[in-house]
This record gives sequence, C-alpha cells and structure tokens, in this order.
Amino acid sequence: MSTSTVDDLVESGSEYHAGFVTDVESETLPPGLDEDVVRYISARKGEPQWLTDWRLKAFASWQEMREPKWAHVHYPPINFQEISYYSAPKSQTDGPRSLDEVDPELLRTYEKLGIPLHEQAALAGVVPDPAAIGTPAGANVAVDVVFDSVSIATTFKENLAEAGVIFCPISEAVHSHPELVQKYLGSVIPQRDNYYAALNSAVFSDGSFVYIPKGVRCPMELSTYFRINERNTGQFERTLIIADEGSHVSYLEGCTAPMRDENQLHAAVVELVALGDAQIKYSTVQNWYPGDENGKGGIYNFVTKRGLCAGPRAKISWTQVETGSAITWKYPSVVLRGDESVGEFYSVALTNNRQQADTGTKMIHMGKNTKSTIVSKGISAGGSENCYRGLVRISPTAQNARNFTQCDSLLIGDQCGAHTFPYIENKNNSATVEHEASTSKVSDDQLFACQQRGIETEQAVSMIVNGFCKEVFRELPMEFAVEAGKLLEVSLEGAVG
Amino acid sequence: MSLLSVSNLHASVVTDEGPQPILKGLTLQVNPGEVHAIMGPNGSGKSTLANVLSGRPGYTVDGGTAVLGNDPLLELEPFERAQLGLFLAFQYPVEIPGVSNMEFLKASMDSLARARGEEQPNTATFMKRVRELASSLDLDPAFLKRGVNEGFSGGEKKRNEIMQLLLLDPKLAVLDETDSGLDIDALQTVAEGVNRYRSSDNGVILITHYQRLLDYIVPDFVHVLSNGSIVQSGDKSLALELEAKGYAWLT
Ligand SMILES: Nc1ncnc2c1ncn2[C@@H]1O[C@H](COP(=O)(O)OP(=O)(O)OP(=O)(O)O)[C@@H](O)[C@H]1O
Ligand SMILES: [Mg+2]
Repeated sequence: MSTSTVDDLVESGSEYHAGFVTDVESETLPPGLDEDVVRYISARKGEPQWLTDWRLKAFASWQEMREPKWAHVHYPPINFQEISYYSAPKSQTDGPRSLDEVDPELLRTYEKLGIPLHEQAALAGVVPDPAAIGTPAGANVAVDVVFDSVSIATTFKENLAEAGVIFCPISEAVHSHPELVQKYLGSVIPQRDNYYAALNSAVFSDGSFVYIPKGVRCPMELSTYFRINERNTGQFERTLIIADEGSHVSYLEGCTAPMRDENQLHAAVVELVALGDAQIKYSTVQNWYPGDENGKGGIYNFVTKRGLCAGPRAKISWTQVETGSAITWKYPSVVLRGDESVGEFYSVALTNNRQQADTGTKMIHMGKNTKSTIVSKGISAGGSENCYRGLVRISPTAQNARNFTQCDSLLIGDQCGAHTFPYIENKNNSATVEHEASTSKVSDDQLFACQQRGIETEQAVSMIVNGFCKEVFRELPMEFAVEAGKLLEVSLEGAVG
Repeated sequence: MSLLSVSNLHASVVTDEGPQPILKGLTLQVNPGEVHAIMGPNGSGKSTLANVLSGRPGYTVDGGTAVLGNDPLLELEPFERAQLGLFLAFQYPVEIPGVSNMEFLKASMDSLARARGEEQPNTATFMKRVRELASSLDLDPAFLKRGVNEGFSGGEKKRNEIMQLLLLDPKLAVLDETDSGLDIDALQTVAEGVNRYRSSDNGVILITHYQRLLDYIVPDFVHVLSNGSIVQSGDKSLALELEAKGYAWLT
C-alpha cells in the first residue's frame, strides 16, 4: 500500500468499508449492548453471515456467564451498558495538526521513552505525515497503526507480500482470506473461554491478522501500536497469528494511552497458532494509562492471550513488559500439544501508586517431551498490588515434560504488596517441574551506594530495577529493550521520595 | 583554603529507641595533599563520621558544619555531595544484582560529568580505561561484566572500591577500613592504588585499625577518635604508640 498523501491514507482506511461508509467522520455508537449492537457492528464491517452468527453465539454465551472474581484485584462493578461498543476513526481533520497542539504532558512522556518524533506524532493522533509513517525508526519494523477501533494505516505491505506474508487488519482478512480466518478464529480461545473472551468475541472491533506461509521466515519484525482515543469507548482488539509449518515470526505489540479520567475497559484477545516446527515470538510493551497517584482513572486491562503449539517442535514465546493500566488481568498461555514443542513466558510487571496487576501464565503440557520456561519479575512500588498467578499442567499424555519456573518479586517501599500463586497439576510422573521464587527489596544501602557515586535517586532506582529485570529484557527485540528500560524509569517516577 | 573543614560536628544515629548521639563535637581539617588516618576503638564513631559526611540516611546532624572546598555539605543530597567530589569507599560494599560493574561505572562517570558540565566520556575510551584500572588492581576483566559486587569475595569488593576511586578521581576520599579482610598481597595492591590516587590537590581520610597499612600509605596526621570526638592527634608515630599501648591511656 502506498501512503504518499494524507488522502491516500484516509482512502485506504475506508477502502474495505466501501458501500457502508459515506464519509470518514467519527461515528460512535451510543452506550449499551444487546444483540442489535452485535449485528450492527458486524453489518458495519460488512462481515459475512458466518461471522455475524459467530459473534451472536459469543454474545449469547456471554449473557449466561459471570464476571470472574478470583483475581487479586479490586474495582467497582463495571456497567457494561454504559460502554460504547463501536467507534469509527475520527476525520483526519479533527486531530491535532501538529505536535504543538498535543498535550505537552503526553509529549514529555514520549520523549522520555525515546520514541522518535514521527512516531510520537502518530501516537498522539496528529494528522499523520504519510512519509514518516512509512519509515519508522529502526527501518525494519512494519507498523500497523490502530487508531481507536479501526486500522487506518498498514505499511510495508508490499515487502511482506513478496515473502507471502499476510499482515493486515483482521477486518480486512475476513474479506481477503476468509478461509484462514474461519478456520482459526476461536480455535485457540473458544468464544466461551471466559467472560471477557466471550465479550470480545461478540463485539471485537479490529486488530491484526498475520499468516506466515510454510517455511517462511518473516523478513521483518511485525509491530502494532494500539491507542485508546475516544472517551468511554471500550477497546476490543482481536489478533490472530498463524505460523504455518516451519515458519518463523516475531511480533511486537506496544501500547501508549493518553491521559484519561474515566476507567476504560480493554478486553483484547490474542490467539497464536504455531504448526509443526514453526516459531512465534510475541513481545508486548504495555503502557496504558495507569490512573493518577490516587488511583483515579486508568485502563482496566482484561486480556486473554493464548498460543497453541499445534504440531511437533513448535515453539511459542511470550515476552511482556507490563507497566501501565489501573488493573491488569492477563495470562499469556501456551498449549503444548505437539510433541517436543516449547513454551516460554518472560514477564516484567511493574505496578506503582494504586495499580493492581494479577498476571502470569499457563503452560498446558499435552505432547511428549514438551518443555516450558517461565521467568516472571514483579516489581511493586507505591501502594500497588502485584500478583503472579501461574499454572503448570502436565497431562497424562505428556511423557517427560519439563517445566522450569522462576518467580521473583521486588518491593520498593513498604506500602505495596507482592503475591505469588503458583499452581502445579502434574498427572504424569515422568515429568520434571521446578519452581524457584524470591522476594527482595530495593534496599536503602543499594540506593545509597549509587548516590554516593553521583547517580541521582530516580536513575539509581531505575538502574537497580533494570538489573532485576535483565533476564527478561534479554528476550526482547532490540528496539523494545531500550524502550522498556526507559518505560520502567518513567513508570517509577516518584516511587522513591 | 582547606579541602575539608569539619567543625564541632554533632550527629546521632536514628534507632528504634530514638536518636542516639554518636558524634559529639568533632573537629577536623584536611588540606589539599594530606592524608589523615583516623583510628579508634570499635563503636567510637568512625563509620558514622564517614556516613554523616556523605549523607547516608539514618543519621541526624545535631550541630556543627562540614564544608568541602567552599560548599557546605550537610544540607545536600548524597549524590550532590558525590558530584562535588566526595568519595566514600565502603566498609561493607553492597551487591547490586543484574547491574553490571561496567554499566554502574558508566552511569557514575556520566552523572559526575553532567553535574560538572563536562563532556561525558566516550564509551570506547572509557571502557579501555576501566579495563586498565581493573588489571592494575589484579581484578579479572571478567569482573566488569558481573553484577556490582555480586558474588565478589571480601577482598575483591575492596579492590573494586579502589578501582572506582581511581576512575572517579574525587577531591576527597574517605576510605572506611579498606584494609580489613585483605591478604598481604592485596593490601599492597590497594595501598599502591591509593598512593597512585594521591596528589597535591586531593585529600584522603583513612579509617583503619591497623598500623600496618600506614607503612604503605604514609599519613600526614593520625587522629584518635573516641566516644564521638577526636581525643588525640599526631603524626605517624602516634599509630606506633597506639599499637604498643592500645587506646585505654587516652580515654
Ligand atoms: N543503625 C544503627 N542502629 C543503632 N546503633 C547504631 C547504628 N549505627 C551505628 N550505631 C552505633 O553507633 C556507634 C558508632 O558506630 P560506628 O559504626 O560509627 O563505629 P566505628 O567506629 O566505625 O566502629 P568499627 O571500628 O567497629 O567499624 C556504635 O555504638 C554503633 O552500635
Ligand atoms: Mg566502622
């Protein structure tokens, strides 16, 4: 897709809505959720009947389900009828025209994160400079910018197409590759998997679709920036990545949300399918608005992420750096069905002020000689609560399965909490399951040792915390490793007095 | 002008039972080019002096002043004192897991340079310099990649402190029992490092229990700290006298 002018961008965005969209003015559905809303969303996207039915089935399940209460998080009840479930992109002319018009506080954060200017502009919703969007920093990163609920720009398409890689908004894939979407959508996370997955299945807005053909190594890292833009708009991303036999792909997901006063619900679903000998590496840097220091505002991030190692020797690796959101409820998991398949989970979860995080993973071993590794680093500061919850299940069929879990918590100050809930279900006595856990504090002595060498307090804290996270940062692609380090620094601001 | 001027310093350590006075009117002046040895019984307040000068949390200053060059120290943040050129070699160097020595030193150098409005050192030159210093102190260069003091032996930690001293080249170095726990060879290596650091512009406060160290690092003055103040000062011969007679005759 060539994106030489703003008009082209707008055009390409509305392309697949042709016939339904008369203009690109913003359009937000009034709050509320019923069958008609589900039908409306589906119709608005011009979806085939099977998908409308699929959504309706999910909606029916959701209505029978109850909100889960087992997580170690507390929040007032969510009124799902007060949320708007569809929002098309605003007209390009509504956005700020230049960075000068953007909230300086937001820019200051971007700057600290070292986000290049043209990406800052994209993140802040500045009317895109098409030339810049086409050439993100680090060159070999393809960025699919998701503005609110509808993807409006996809780059590097041609390059990827040459390799046979499909990387597009899922709403587009529904039309261009219906057989793949129909086959795999919900194949890893069924509609009624859990309350939020059911909700997402009913009302999902958009997200990324990736297909890597047999034996292909994706020629670049795939990346998506998500952004919540409109007030009171639930964000229901749906991502599906399929790596066919022997293929490799690395996918990066990063989020930055602007300041918002009201709590916003974010219930994404990400499904990964790795066929025999395929490898998927999925990295996330999550930095949704966490709310202010008193816990006002902030995103509720209730995400379902799961990968299926469908064939032998498949490998799925989740790496996440979670610093944002008021509440995070997220367990990227791997189902190890293929023999000798491998699942990995590397996580840094940082909470400050009033943030609450209940995050971890599930490793479900089914195939023989399957192997999983879990490295979780939880950092709690301020008055936050940080909880690791992990399940390692060894099925009777998982001969010689192996798991190693390392779970470390770091406390900053004494008003915060760290909790660890490891669950192990072992039904095969040839399996090896190892679990290590530690809790430590950033000590006054460590801080003083840094300060005595001239290092200022905030930098010292961030250096110590970065050191603690080293094993996880090592797993991140280069572009993200630097950003992640800075993100910790910004997120820890004010954590030490 | 004196390098460090401590006058009638009173300070307490903050304990669960409230503040407990430790320094009780301590006065000390260090001029450029001088080495002052401070000796004294366990618990007399030697480390407290080092900690209060460098601004370690857990102490309160109850009176008196401490001035480095022209700058009164006692109101400043610890990192500001360091940026002014005060260096403390710790009696018990702390471990910082995951933060490599090299990374730590670079952060330190950069902070000091930034504070002084100097250019930050070029990374390649910097790393070369650090490696040279490490080998001059018999530290394996592999140490530089390891976490700060992580799994270092007691003697290695002390040599690491001296490496930092040489790299950062402060105006005033306070060495708190850098000699304890060192084998004889390491003691010489460390002493040689300190002598290399010495110049006519800077000063050293050497806290030690052992006269032996003063054979290698010859002090201009020896002070005896007892019960929170300096009770006796002299030259190197005082250390020999203390070795022969102990502290009892002074208190
Ligand atoms: N955190 C603390 N809580 C309670 N008492 C303390 C604390 N720190 C120091 N003290 C007390 O202050 C006094 C002086 O201690 P300091 O460490 O300065 O002695 P020192 O002269 O360095 O001794 P040493 O030769 O053993 O190193 C001691 O009685 C010690 O117990
Ligand atoms: Mg001491």
